[in-house]
Amino acid sequence: MLIKLTGGRVYDPAHNIDGRVMDIYVRDGRIVERPNDAETIDQEYDLRGKVVMAGAIDMHTHIGGGKVNIARLMLPEDHRASPAVHTDACRSGCGHAAPSTLTTGYRYAEMGYTAGFEPALSPVNARQSHLEMCDTPIIDKGGYAMIGSDDFFLRMLAAKQDQNAINDYVAWILHASQAIGIKVVNPGGINAFKFNQRALNLDEENIHYKVTPREVLQSLTRAVYELGIAHPLHVHGNNLGVPGNVETTLKTMGAVEGYPVHLTHIQFHSYGTEGDRKFSSGAAAIAEALNKHKNVSADVGQILFGQTVTASGDNMRQFANSGHGSPRKSVLMDIECDSGCGVVPFKYKDQNFVNALQWAIGLEIFLLTEDPWRIFLTTDHPNGAPFTSYPHLIRLLMDKSFRNDMFAKLNLDAQAMSTLSGIEREYSLYEIAIMTRAGAAKLVGLHDRGHLGVGAGADITVYTDNADREAMFAKPDYVFKDGQLVVRNGQVVKVTWGSTHTVKPEFDRGIEKDLKKYFDTYHTMNMENFKVSAAELEEDGRGHVIVQESKGRREKTA
Amino acid sequence: MPDQGMDLEELNSFRMENMTQSTNFPAGTIEAVAFPGEGLLSDDLVISRDSDGNLALQNQACSKTTAFFERPRTPSSPQIAGKPTELGAAIAKVVELFSQSRHPLISGLATDVYGMRAVMNLAETAGATIDHMNSKSSMKNLLVIQNSGWYVTTLSEVKNRVDLLLVIGTDVVSYFPRFFDRVIWNKEAMFTDNTDAREIVYLGGRDLNTAPGTSPSGRKPDVLPCDLDRIPEVLAALRAIISGKPFLATEVAGIATADLEKLAERLKAAKYSVIAWTGSALDFPHAELSIQTITGIVEHLNKTTRSAGLPLSGNDGDVTAYNVSTWISGYPFRSSYRRGYPDYDPYHYETSALLAEGEVDALIWINSFNPERVPPASKTPTVVIGHPAMQFEQPPAVFIPIAIPGLEASGAQFRSDSSVTLPLKKLRATELPTLGDVLSAIEAALKAA
Repeated sequence: MLIKLTGGRVYDPAHNIDGRVMDIYVRDGRIVERPNDAETIDQEYDLRGKVVMAGAIDMHTHIGGGKVNIARLMLPEDHRASPAVHTDACRSGCGHAAPSTLTTGYRYAEMGYTAGFEPALSPVNARQSHLEMCDTPIIDKGGYAMIGSDDFFLRMLAAKQDQNAINDYVAWILHASQAIGIKVVNPGGINAFKFNQRALNLDEENIHYKVTPREVLQSLTRAVYELGIAHPLHVHGNNLGVPGNVETTLKTMGAVEGYPVHLTHIQFHSYGTEGDRKFSSGAAAIAEALNKHKNVSADVGQILFGQTVTASGDNMRQFANSGHGSPRKSVLMDIECDSGCGVVPFKYKDQNFVNALQWAIGLEIFLLTEDPWRIFLTTDHPNGAPFTSYPHLIRLLMDKSFRNDMFAKLNLDAQAMSTLSGIEREYSLYEIAIMTRAGAAKLVGLHDRGHLGVGAGADITVYTDNADREAMFAKPDYVFKDGQLVVRNGQVVKVTWGSTHTVKPEFDRGIEKDLKKYFDTYHTMNMENFKVSAAELEEDGRGHVIVQESKGRREKTA
Repeated sequence: MPDQGMDLEELNSFRMENMTQSTNFPAGTIEAVAFPGEGLLSDDLVISRDSDGNLALQNQACSKTTAFFERPRTPSSPQIAGKPTELGAAIAKVVELFSQSRHPLISGLATDVYGMRAVMNLAETAGATIDHMNSKSSMKNLLVIQNSGWYVTTLSEVKNRVDLLLVIGTDVVSYFPRFFDRVIWNKEAMFTDNTDAREIVYLGGRDLNTAPGTSPSGRKPDVLPCDLDRIPEVLAALRAIISGKPFLATEVAGIATADLEKLAERLKAAKYSVIAWTGSALDFPHAELSIQTITGIVEHLNKTTRSAGLPLSGNDGDVTAYNVSTWISGYPFRSSYRRGYPDYDPYHYETSALLAEGEVDALIWINSFNPERVPPASKTPTVVIGHPAMQFEQPPAVFIPIAIPGLEASGAQFRSDSSVTLPLKKLRATELPTLGDVLSAIEAALKAA
């Protein structure tokens, strides 16, 4: 099957293509060279006047695993308002803040997204995470394995085991949990909360292990780098949501000593303590630091107003926030000497001073950070807002007058505390394509996604150019997934099962001797059963497991 | 593995091929096996297999576990009205029943993750309602999650951290025989030098088997008995005392206030207390409100120290069933696709009420693990898809024996604490189809009809 996409205006930042009119050829799910004239084009799409980009990639979205399913389970009232009825192509489902897996896949595809990455896959819960993601149709997926508060790792740090042993453990975790990256949440803090510590600053010791978050960050950023994994350590810092945490975040950037690091939902970590209410924007300082530290990337975790649910591994902070839930309920857990979780429904209100300022802080960070290759478009779905609000967020970034109209409706005290209306910048289509495609693929380590070069997987989204960017990005004309037309006019027309992206760096399997002893003594499951196999994911005709390249051991360069 | 959407002819030929290829696995020993019908999913079982596929459990285990693995295999074939038939004919009969049905119910749901996927697909296509055989007990917990939430913990945390275990209205071991051996009296723990010093308190219930709560050195647990239906009062009193509310009564349900005050002080002094219960044992109306009281106690304790609840469940795959249902439809069981989209009503979509009131006109009863769990007696035409050893007083309209996950089919099963999902191994060959095979064939035929 040879498909020709004719005459579209192409935005492909991976190849420095900024709105060039060109043809794209697709064969057997891949983008191919222009065929010779003798070959028959099986199908041609006339894309003249249309905007063509690679399929979008959400590099941080909570779509599968224990806490996501708890969020679904907790919110029947939210689902009732958003039923998704059966169509010719799609099975029914439901959900707004925490949609069912089927609905999640369809909605992402309908917005032109072809991949999403679960950022807090608890290794002990990896099997469930993957089973859910494998039931999420069309899009590709993957997970970042969450460690750093697990007792095995903290025992290693406390025992001052050498970096090679840490690297072997990190690699083992990546294999066992079929993950593509490593995440740390409130480094060491989830564990400290189990010992009744209520906060953990960057240089504060866990009372049992005498290990600090700084040490956790240093050993894990280094391990990830030395294993040659593309995705830098994915960090949800200490003190999420706490006024004044901008200091912690700035120190965290320095703590990693030049190793690559990704600071996630940085908006929630950019708060100062100025003003009458002791809550202010730290966005300028954060953006300045991001501009300076080339080893640091971030995604924003923008909040948008309305009902959502917060779901996090950070049960220390979620416990502290649980009284603010709306509706007032929360599920919190200590999990298996591995991690924790906290799920708290939340309603962000534009007339609430704190919420309004959070909204402005997120946008300030987007607009003040100069390099679109190092800042990413997320709402930390569903924590800041459901992913279905991305088209609205894109319009806020691309349309200054729209943004200022929204700003003018906010709580007046919050307006007085923000510089947002003075910021002139508008994102271009090219920059949006970097943030949501080329940059995201590079950051996650998807070597054949996020671009439209020959050899890339044919994940392609076609839009009608529209000055109303929200309308444009909400409803693509066409979405191709691996060369198959899956969405037409913003509606799913064909359901496929995407693949799962992983990395499998080499390591010394001798680490399993220690692990087996640990599991046999302290755990309630056998080490062999902890490991998730690719075959389990591929069962029931679901998509394949793809192993992305990891470059192997390398020396520190920065 | 057959794909969904396979038609009957394909299914029959698939089975033929597999039957001709199927030889028993070689004799050997299989380690790290779990009994999938029990919620703790203790995966330390060692099974030996002879060349005929007969299994023998090498561990000391409860009678249910032994029965599951060692039950002699008896030939079993599909039946229509008690008469043996071919699989294709049995499936055709189910399709006939379901295509005429205006409101089908798929209940039982004792299966694994892969089986539940097929259940959800069929339910969606057939516009069916779903419920689980244990939903009466598990709904008590689910309602608490949906109404107030809770703070809970998991088995390995208990094993390594607990210093005070408070058990409400149950001895635990009646449901989970290995609980104390596995996570309380373990010799080594990461954060306790001496697990023998762990304190155990039983609150509520009578005539419980509290012997397993005695420590290895012989220290007896504390037992504060009361009638089961007085547990709500006792818990409310304990919560009031822990919260510092004025409390004037000198006793509640036969338990002295002084004893409750002492318990409250111990809970406050504990570093990591765990309050455990099972939904089944709290067998009185609106037990969810008592569970909410427990979670309120935990919430208050967590203001100053650490504490967590431990809801124990997961027998017959109920934790699996509600998890898979929730991720695919948004709702746990007691939900329905009648409206063309998922609809949840924990009071209306309940198996015995739907059957008693004649609201459903066809039932599929799915039961993989315990052959004794037959469908409730009713006049509703009933299809049973389940364990080959199931016996019926009244033969159902159709019976289709299936390969059992964790015995004759691979699979995945959720544990009681919902955080851990374990792989289930195929321990021997069978000629029987999986639940997924059968339900997919029914669904494909319904779509074609």
